Amino acid sequence: MKEFLEFFSFADANVRYVTLGSVLLAGSSAVVGCFTLLRKRALVGDAVAHAVLPGVCLAFILSGTKNPFILLVGAFITGWISLILIDFITSRSRIKEDTAIGLVLSVFFGVGILLLTAIQHSGNAAQSGLDKFLFGKAASLVGEDLIAFSIVAILLLAATILFYKELKLLCFDETFAKTIGFPVRGLELLLTTLTVLAVVVGIQAVGVVLMAAMLITPAAAARFWTDRLGVMLVLAAIIGAFSGVAGAFVSYTAPAMPTGPWIVLIVSMIAILSFALAPNKGWIARILRRRRNKKLILEENLLKLLYHLGEDRQDYTTTRPLQELLDKRAIPAKEAKYGLAKLRAQGYLERSKAGWSLTPEGIKRGRRVVRLHRLWELYLTQYLHLASDHVHEDAETIEHIITPELEQRLLEELNYPELDPHSARIP
Amino acid sequence: MNAFWIILTGSLVASCCSLLGCYLILRRMAMVGDAISHAVLPGIVIAFLLTGSRDSVPMLIGAGLLGVLTTFLIEFFHRYARVQSDAAIGVTFTWLFAIGIILISVFAGQVDLDQDCVLYGEIAYVPLDLWITEGGLSMGPRTVWTLGIVTILILSFIIIGYKELFLTAFDPGYAAAIGVSTSLWYYLLMTAVSLTTVASFESVGAILVVALLVAPPATAYLLTDNFKTMLILSVMLGVVAAITGYYLAVWIDGSIAGAIATVTGIEFMLAFLFSPSRGILISKKLIQPVQH
Repeated sequence: MKEFLEFFSFADANVRYVTLGSVLLAGSSAVVGCFTLLRKRALVGDAVAHAVLPGVCLAFILSGTKNPFILLVGAFITGWISLILIDFITSRSRIKEDTAIGLVLSVFFGVGILLLTAIQHSGNAAQSGLDKFLFGKAASLVGEDLIAFSIVAILLLAATILFYKELKLLCFDETFAKTIGFPVRGLELLLTTLTVLAVVVGIQAVGVVLMAAMLITPAAAARFWTDRLGVMLVLAAIIGAFSGVAGAFVSYTAPAMPTGPWIVLIVSMIAILSFALAPNKGWIARILRRRRNKKLILEENLLKLLYHLGEDRQDYTTTRPLQELLDKRAIPAKEAKYGLAKLRAQGYLERSKAGWSLTPEGIKRGRRVVRLHRLWELYLTQYLHLASDHVHEDAETIEHIITPELEQRLLEELNYPELDPHSARIP
Repeated sequence: MNAFWIILTGSLVASCCSLLGCYLILRRMAMVGDAISHAVLPGIVIAFLLTGSRDSVPMLIGAGLLGVLTTFLIEFFHRYARVQSDAAIGVTFTWLFAIGIILISVFAGQVDLDQDCVLYGEIAYVPLDLWITEGGLSMGPRTVWTLGIVTILILSFIIIGYKELFLTAFDPGYAAAIGVSTSLWYYLLMTAVSLTTVASFESVGAILVVALLVAPPATAYLLTDNFKTMLILSVMLGVVAAITGYYLAVWIDGSIAGAIATVTGIEFMLAFLFSPSRGILISKKLIQPVQH
């Protein structure tokens, strides 16, 4: 607790720098990451992160200094070239995009490593610290870095806000953007530039490999909570910033811990929890929905079955034993019993010693399912000209889905029909 | 003699990687290979912590398991949680890599692995770690033995499963129809990729593995339409890169792994520009017949 207070009072200048730096970096790259993710090009960030290394080394070799600005320019140039190359290779040969990304990523990095080791072996004393680009140095950020981070973060956010509408269109409907005369090529270059900028700066904090996570993971997590781009951007920025603070806190309490990997670990946990738990899109929500649908289908099938049995003699309230139901339609006995009990609890069925019978409510609902089934069969034969022996399977599925509005439209469209294609009466 | 061992190691890595890479790029899974090569790190560290040695067998097992787990996680996120596939790859491998780095920092005193080695290895040290029998007889570098065995395994895997691997890569629908399990062969292939990655890890690091998995097969892909030729060609390209890369590294006094990756890149660039059938400087002038 003491450490917690100490950390969050931000009395220590170092803590201030590290925290603020991590927040700026993680927040701004998350925003850019949203756009690359939506364009289904999440992994190009990874390629840029690796491709930055030769640029840094070349800048050092050519200029002979470790001036951060010159190194950043070098990094920016090769990062940018790598993205252009990926596009060029994919468009001008039969190499697929994933191969092109892997190729550019590993070859640029290989060149970078070759140059870096050559510099290290050359005995030039000024070189120490260049390898910070490989693994980052989030824990030792200083005021100077912070200024660079803030400038880039503000640039990125400003560009995003300024070109929000254009970028949005680029992500969701490129063709439309082209037809209404947006400079799509220019916007692509803008997005490329923003990505490279985010990577070049971020890489100093978390390193080459983990930079990809700063772009991809918060965006992927945010995507699960919303369908609106604006909300997604804000959410991704918050998730990124939170992980930034949390990572800085962990390495503050345990100084041996590297900040970058902890930021990534935390943001990954948030993402994985989002994949599992997010309402609507999450894995668990999906399972529950499937189970609910399955239950609904079982119940409706049982009601339909009882209604069918009653149809022959027009007495829907006769009590029928379970075996009679199972003979008519192959439902696993255990499932059937469960469904019947459920329906009874909802007031659609009554149970006596002899078996099960429909209540007036149950008759109504059973009749509706049968009606929808037959309406749909009729619709398929009349409008799609399917043979009448081909329509049953399809109607079996759709009868559980049709809404009352659709039912009304079907009735109107079919002119309130009396008989279905099998000459059974439509109730 | 040292040069011989280093080049031999490089060539063995190149052969395994290039062979498997052909399947990866045809299945559009190059980045899954990249992901596996990073994600095996925690497996290596855990195996190291459990056994307390750099013995190859536990490491191979640990990393092999992690490789399969990575593939499984990517599939799981993509299929069940409906994460888009590139994001699933990105999230999975950075997460596992971060765990690996954290494990290394936590057990820094006990783990004789460092971060640089993870990324670009140190093939130059290969000849120093000799396997000396109890009789005092030197059998050559340990890594060469491990890699040799892995190469034989991979080769026999590809020869024995040639038909299945071929079918599942090119026509999974047909493969499934004639009773070849696509997911079984998918996971077998991924296990093979993980094994190769780990065996090559110490000597050449994660990135060179990716370079050799992707670049020689991609180059060969531009040069031929025949799959068998592509396999053989990519192995040859890989071996040439290993030899040239070694001398390039000696010449400019830099990392051998980096130099080999650089050469694979140059090979690709040459094929991209001058390939007789598909080079962008050549094919413009010819009218390409429609190929089936």
